[in-house]
Amino acid sequence: MFNRLRKPMLLAAAVFVSFAMVTTEAFAAWELDMPIGVTTLSNEIFELHRLILIVCTVICVGMFGFIFYTFATCRRSQGAKAASFTHSTKAEIIWTIIPTIILIVFAIPSARSVIAIEDTSGADLSIKVTGYQWKWSYDYLDQDKFFYSSIDKASYAAAQKGSGIDPATVEHYLRNVDKAMVVPVNQKVRILLTSDDVIHAWWVPELYVKKDANPGFINEMWFEATETGIFRGQCTELCGRGHGFMPIVVVVETQENYERWLAGELAWDATAQNLVATNLNSTAENTLAAR
Amino acid sequence: MSATTQDALHSDDHHDDGHMPTGLDRWVFTTNHKDIGTMYLVTSLVMFFVGGSMAMVMRAELFQPGLQFVDPQFFNSLTTVHALVMVFGAVMPAFVGLANWMIPMMIGAPDMALPRLNNWSFWLLPFAATLLLLTFFLPGGAPAGGWTLYPPLVMQTGDSFPFVVFAVHLLGASSIMGAINVIVTIMNMRAPGMTLMKMPMFVWTWLITAYLLIAVMPVFAGAVTMLLMDRFFGTSFFNAAGGGDPVLFQHIFWFFGHPEVYIMILPSFGVVSQIIPTFSRKPLFGYSSMVYATASIAFLSFIVWAHHMFTTGMPIAGQLFFMMGTMLIAIPTGVKIFNWMSTMWKGELTFETPMLFAISFVLLFAIGGFSGLMLAIVPADYQYHDTYFVVAHFHYTLVPGSVFAIMAAAYYWLPKWTGYYYNETIGKWHFWTSTIFINVLFFPQHFLGLAGMPRRIPDYPVQFADFNMISSIGGFLFGASQLLFVAAVWSSVKGTKKAPAKAWDGAEGLEWTLPSPAPYHSFAEPPEVK
Repeated sequence: MFNRLRKPMLLAAAVFVSFAMVTTEAFAAWELDMPIGVTTLSNEIFELHRLILIVCTVICVGMFGFIFYTFATCRRSQGAKAASFTHSTKAEIIWTIIPTIILIVFAIPSARSVIAIEDTSGADLSIKVTGYQWKWSYDYLDQDKFFYSSIDKASYAAAQKGSGIDPATVEHYLRNVDKAMVVPVNQKVRILLTSDDVIHAWWVPELYVKKDANPGFINEMWFEATETGIFRGQCTELCGRGHGFMPIVVVVETQENYERWLAGELAWDATAQNLVATNLNSTAENTLAAR
Repeated sequence: MSATTQDALHSDDHHDDGHMPTGLDRWVFTTNHKDIGTMYLVTSLVMFFVGGSMAMVMRAELFQPGLQFVDPQFFNSLTTVHALVMVFGAVMPAFVGLANWMIPMMIGAPDMALPRLNNWSFWLLPFAATLLLLTFFLPGGAPAGGWTLYPPLVMQTGDSFPFVVFAVHLLGASSIMGAINVIVTIMNMRAPGMTLMKMPMFVWTWLITAYLLIAVMPVFAGAVTMLLMDRFFGTSFFNAAGGGDPVLFQHIFWFFGHPEVYIMILPSFGVVSQIIPTFSRKPLFGYSSMVYATASIAFLSFIVWAHHMFTTGMPIAGQLFFMMGTMLIAIPTGVKIFNWMSTMWKGELTFETPMLFAISFVLLFAIGGFSGLMLAIVPADYQYHDTYFVVAHFHYTLVPGSVFAIMAAAYYWLPKWTGYYYNETIGKWHFWTSTIFINVLFFPQHFLGLAGMPRRIPDYPVQFADFNMISSIGGFLFGASQLLFVAAVWSSVKGTKKAPAKAWDGAEGLEWTLPSPAPYHSFAEPPEVK
C-alpha cells in the first residue's frame, strides 16, 4: 500500500525540502530568500522574517506529516474502520490557545520594529524623491542638488519589443539608471516621497525601505546604510505602461566621495556602473533624450 | 401582486404535470434553481477559460526576459481583466451556481425562495461579463490599472472607463440579488426540524457569505461611482489637487476587497466540510466550532482591510491595529484546518477525485494561509508588499483554495446532477496534473518575490529568469490540464455508469435522499429532519 502513497509523499517532501532550504548565500539566479540588507535595521527585520518563516515551515511540516500519517493508517484499503467521535473540547481549547501564544510572541518584536522603522527623527540629510511616469527625481534638500533619474540607454534599447538584443547581454538589465542617487555611509538618510502623477512606490531590497509615492502627499522613511556599495531596486506600484522600466540605483559612498559627488567632481557613469571622476569621462552626462 | 402569486401557483401546477419548457425558452425564462445553477456553473467554466487564456499570454510573455509578444500596456490590461474575470466571472458565479443547485436540496426545499429574482441575477451576469470583455476593443483599450482600480492611474483608462464601472455595477447588483435569495431561502424554507445548528456546513458558510456580499458589494459600487464622478462630474474625492486623497479610494476598496476574498473562500470551507466527512465515513469533527470559526472569520474580515496598504504611509497605531487584527484570523482558520485533520483521523478513508481535491485544498490552502500570516507582520510586509511573494500567496489561496474546492464540489455532486458518475480515471488524471503543476506554477513565485521581483511587470531583470521560466512551464501545463476537467464533466453528462440516490457510500444529508438525477423540483413534500 505504501507504493500508492509514495508519489504524494515524495511530492510533499520535495516541496518542503525546497522551502526549508532557504539560504542567504547568493547562488546566482537561484536566489531563494531575501537579501540580508545593509542598514542598521535590516538585520532585525530579516531575522523577524526568518523566524516566522521557520515557525510556519515547522508547523506546516508537522501538519502535513500528521495528514500523511492519517492517510497511511486510516484507509479503508488497509481495513480501517471509522471511529465515531465528533468533538473534543480539550483539543479545541489547546489548538486555540497555542496559536494565540505564538502570535503574541510574533506581535511584540514586530511592533518594536515598526516603531523603529517609523522614527524619522534626527536625520543627517533629507532627500525628496518624486515619482513620474516613468522616472524618478532626487532633490537633495539644503544641498542645491536636483536631477532626474531614468532607465539607462542600454536597458531601454533592449527592452523594446522585438529589439533583437538579448537582455542577458545587458549588464544590470532594467536595474540601471542614467543618474544614480548617492548617499553617505553611516548617515541617517531621510527620504521624503511624493509623486507628480500617479502612485509609484520606491523600493530598494537591500536598504529595506519601501513606501508609496502618493501625488499630493508626502511620505517619510529612512535608512542608514552601514556598508558602501551599489544597491538596485525598481518601482513597486503599478503606474502604467512604463511601470517595469523605472529602476532605482542607490550608491552608498564614503563621506569624502559623497562630498566630491555633491561638488560635481564625481558622477555616475551608467556604462562603467560606478562613480567616475568627471574630467576623465564625459559619458557621465548620459541622458535619455528619447523619452 | 396577487396576479403574480397566481401565475407562480399556476406555473407550479404546470410543472407538476411533468412538463417543462424546452429549447431556448427553458433557459431564458427559467425560474428553476437547477437550470439557473447549471447556467451559472457553465458561465463560470467559460470565464475560467477566458481568464485562464489571459494568464497563459502573460506567462508566455514572462517566459524569458525581454518583450516578445505584447506591448506593456496590453500586458497591464491582461493583468487587470484576468483578475476581474476570475474573481467576478469565474469564482463568485461558480459558488452562486453551487448554492443554487445545492441549497434547496440540502435544506429540503422545492426551489429557491425568489425564483424570478434568481433568473434576473443570473442573466445580468453574461451581459456584464461581455461589457467587461468588450473594453478590449474600445479606443484606449481595456482598463490597465490593476483590478484594484486605484486612482489616479485608473483615470488614465481610455473610453472603456465608464463601461468598466457599469460592468462592476451590474456584477454587484447580480451578486446582491443572489445573496438576498440565499438568505431568504435559508431563513424561510428549511425542512421542519432543521434548526440552524443542524444545517449542513455548506449552507452555513453560504449564509454567512451572503451577509458579507450584502454588506460590501454596495461599498464597491459606491467606490467606483465616486471614480465616475471624479472623472466626469468634476468632483475630487480622490484628487489631491481638489482636496481629495487617492489613498481614500484604497481604504474604501479594501473595505470591500477584504471581505470579498472571504466571499471567495468561505463557501470553499463549506464544500470541503461536506466532502471530507463523506470519504472519511465519519461525522465532521467539531461542527459547532466550525460554525463559530466561520462567523469569526467573517467578522474579522471587516477590521483588517488596511493590511493591503501598509506601505501607503499609515500612522503607527493604524499599522499595529491592522497587523494584530490580521494575525487573529490565523486562529479561527487554524481551528478549521485542525477540525478537518481530526475528521480524517481514525476515519475509513478512500480517495475518490472529490476527496483528492478536498485534501489538496487543505494542504495547499494551508501554505497560502501561512504566507498570509507572514504578510501580516508589518516590518516584513514592507519587503513582501507588491512583489511576486504576494502573487504566490493569493494564488495559493484562490486556485488550490477556491478553484480546487469548486472542482471538488463538481466531482462530488455531478452524479446527483446528471445521474451518472464521471470517469474516475480522467478525474484522477485531472487531480494529479493540477496539483503537481499548480505548485510548479506558483511555488517558485515565492522565491522571485523574496529576491525582489515586483508584481505586475511585463519584463524583468535577468536574475529572475530561471524561476520565471519554471513558473511559466507550470502555468502552461496547469492550463492544459484543465481541459481534463471538461472531459470529466462531459463523461458524467454523457454518462454510462448510473449513480444511485446515495452516490457515495459515506454521504450524509438530504440531497442524497433524492433520486439521481435529482427531479426538476427538489422536494415537493418537506422531509422531516430529526
